[in-house]
Amino acid sequence: MVKRTTQEKLAILADAARYDASCASSGSVRRDSRDGKGLGSTGGTGICHAYAPDGRCISLLKILMTNFCIYDCAYCVNRVSSNTPRARFSVEEVVDLTLSFYRRNYIEGLFLSSGIIRSPDETMEQMVLIARTLREQHNFRGYIHLKTIPDAAPELIEEAGRHADRLSINVELPTDNAVKAYAPEKDPKTIRGAMGDVRKLREASRDKSYRGKRPARFAPAGQSTQMIVGADGANDATILGQANRLYSDYRLGRVYYSAFSPIPDSSAALPLIKPPLIREHRLYQADWLLRFYDFSVDEITGAAEGGNLDLEVDPKLAWALKNRAMFPVDVNRAEKSLLLRVPGFGTKTVGRILSTRRHRTIRYEDLVRMGANMKSARAFISAGGWSPRALTDSADLRARFAPGPQQLQLI
Amino acid sequence: MYRVTLPRIGTAQAWRAALRSAVTNDIPPGQIDWAFDTSTPSLFDAAPLPAPRAALTVPKAFAKLADGVIWHSDPERFAHLHAALLRARATPALLSDPGDEDMARLRRMAKNVGRCIHKMHAFVRFRELPTNGPRPRFAAWFEPTHHTVEPGTPFFAKRFGDMDWLIATPDITARFEDGHLSFEEAAPRPDLPEDATEDLWTEYYRSIFNPARVKVSAMRSEMPVKYWKNMPETRIIPELLSGAEARVRQMQEAAPTLPPVYAQRVMERRAPARVADRMDPDIPTLDALRTLASEMPLQDGYGRMVLGEGPSPAPLMIVGEQPGDMEDRAGRPFVGPAGQLFDRIAKTAGLRREDAYVTNAVKRFRYRQTGKRRLHQPPNRGDIEHGKWWLDLERRFVKPKLTLAMGGTAAEALTGERAGLLKRRGRIEDTENGPVFLTLHPAYILRLPDAEQRAEAEEAFASDLAAVQARLVEMS
Repeated sequence: MVKRTTQEKLAILADAARYDASCASSGSVRRDSRDGKGLGSTGGTGICHAYAPDGRCISLLKILMTNFCIYDCAYCVNRVSSNTPRARFSVEEVVDLTLSFYRRNYIEGLFLSSGIIRSPDETMEQMVLIARTLREQHNFRGYIHLKTIPDAAPELIEEAGRHADRLSINVELPTDNAVKAYAPEKDPKTIRGAMGDVRKLREASRDKSYRGKRPARFAPAGQSTQMIVGADGANDATILGQANRLYSDYRLGRVYYSAFSPIPDSSAALPLIKPPLIREHRLYQADWLLRFYDFSVDEITGAAEGGNLDLEVDPKLAWALKNRAMFPVDVNRAEKSLLLRVPGFGTKTVGRILSTRRHRTIRYEDLVRMGANMKSARAFISAGGWSPRALTDSADLRARFAPGPQQLQLI
Repeated sequence: MYRVTLPRIGTAQAWRAALRSAVTNDIPPGQIDWAFDTSTPSLFDAAPLPAPRAALTVPKAFAKLADGVIWHSDPERFAHLHAALLRARATPALLSDPGDEDMARLRRMAKNVGRCIHKMHAFVRFRELPTNGPRPRFAAWFEPTHHTVEPGTPFFAKRFGDMDWLIATPDITARFEDGHLSFEEAAPRPDLPEDATEDLWTEYYRSIFNPARVKVSAMRSEMPVKYWKNMPETRIIPELLSGAEARVRQMQEAAPTLPPVYAQRVMERRAPARVADRMDPDIPTLDALRTLASEMPLQDGYGRMVLGEGPSPAPLMIVGEQPGDMEDRAGRPFVGPAGQLFDRIAKTAGLRREDAYVTNAVKRFRYRQTGKRRLHQPPNRGDIEHGKWWLDLERRFVKPKLTLAMGGTAAEALTGERAGLLKRRGRIEDTENGPVFLTLHPAYILRLPDAEQRAEAEEAFASDLAAVQARLVEMS
């Protein structure tokens, strides 16, 4: 076989990595290289260095170490039975690419994933070697995200956590049965076990010893996971229930939902249709409601028909439309938890309302300046100079928000 | 009328000095003609500001706001800030009022500057320069919207500590050499040498794009077109977009292919399936029971199955209520606060936990999710029924001589009756499950608000446990 150039390998291995949704580079510890002995910095918020025409940010160099794989997961472009072109990076190639992209300010760091070659342990060892070389030989202080292989030995996962800012293990599909059907070699129990181990190691790394010594940092930016939406029949209620469980059981930083996307050379077992991307968007909105707005899964999915979220209006608005008895809310008096439930008010707007109303009465124009989305909010609130009167209960309220009817296409 | 000319480099310091003079000399905002880096004389007959009369302290929130606003490109920014400061000194609450119109404008300006700095951090693209020294050299050309080179470049100094770099802009030039950051007057656009890594980067950009999902407006709003001309990867955007539909169609039309020849070999060689086959329905051992429990599907509002632990067979079986949050995470019974209390009291009463089989009447943690916390919910009758099936199987393997039931749930599971526990505690009841010793649950002690009551309850609990121990000795 002709040896591939780095550029050809990059094309194959970046192409294979594009189905990983996560590109976050935030939430890690603060590091910098002001001492002149290393390269890179992290801290607080991440930076998106470019945006692809699919609207997704490019913050990390997201590549696979290799796309050879011994597993046969139906939804994956790299499964053993696929005819996709294969390539493998050497450790030096990944390190060089990362450093030369980083020096030119193209990226925040590296997101390394891999197909499984020979055995899970051997693959994980290579990935850890890349992270170790970057950190120890090149004093790289940028962000590293390693996709962890659930079957790998615990010592390898521990070392991975010491070098990486974030670890992630994909739950792949929302239900155990779907995983068994589409990814026969993967075991949901092992995946959960590995996530539990990461959680334990993270918690242990935060315990100070009785002399106040801190153990080595372990994956300071936390762990995350990803599940594919739309490949199996799971409805949104199942998906959100599973996500909620993952957040509480394993203290995940994020759960990513990836709308199943037709892949080149796909398996006959899966649909080849473009999924409604809006479904993924609604799931993220619902996810935010769960984490920052004190909604419960039942409340969100209770407003939905057949356990699926409304694709026409966002989940918070859908909930408010179903629970109009709680509205209008008086922004000058209502408690915080109730303000958070108003469509069009975000957590920041609510914070601003609470700090302003200590000084004076809030008027409608003030809300506009505070950044509230008044198109959504005005039917559900009363403020100085504004009362929705019959609008809150009007029968056509939903029609004001939903997209208008469309002419069917004849051909 | 006064005239202040602020320099392009070091604007912040000069502005602060001018503001100090203006405020301490009580000069109203309308009396100052602020100019920025210009030698054209004022329209008015203007004098320079007098020396400041005293030190000036400003509210912290104002200083923070001004740190952003002074880099904005709006020529009126200095006058706006001066006026805002005078208002804020008269009404301190103004600074924490997000609704005020003047403040809202300044905040918007500060936000624009913040965004401009952020975009600079994101979109500067360095090219490598030839060098003989040990430190690699890089340079970039960038066109910011506001005057953000001075506040924006310390970030690069922190990030690229081990290399020398230069960021040239039409505004000013930032230079970082040997760990020292300095600013110079703007120079004409430098001619930077071609960099081969740009091709690799463009290739990466092409490959990471998913043609099945095109969202141009999202891309444009986050990466405004005004920055495109200095970014190598944006050159291929039109090409990517025009080809996207065709690529997706190609994927859909391609018939599923046959797996490559090696796939069969790889799949055969792989280790046999790891998930054990279903077990014998009549469950021969306690370990088999555990495996079965670990395979039970999870249910909403419930944790995983937590079976008991300890020797089997064992003379004593201790039965609590249900696992809590910590037990659920650890997968072991009685490790949370109530478990620790139990261990402490058992030690004083001479009861050895290691000799007993410790378990719960209900096997799954029932909870209500609020935010990220899981709040304990008492088990209902269905949960007790569910747990009873598992408890009976455990009893079959442990074969205890005596069972200690702690709390109402355990009492209900073992004796069929939970009422009157306070009267029944400390006694042994003969049931179809053998002799059952009843007592309260240690969590009850934890919930008592009063320290005195708690001590009393602990003592009573200890005497119950001592009675259990005495009975065990008697029986053996």
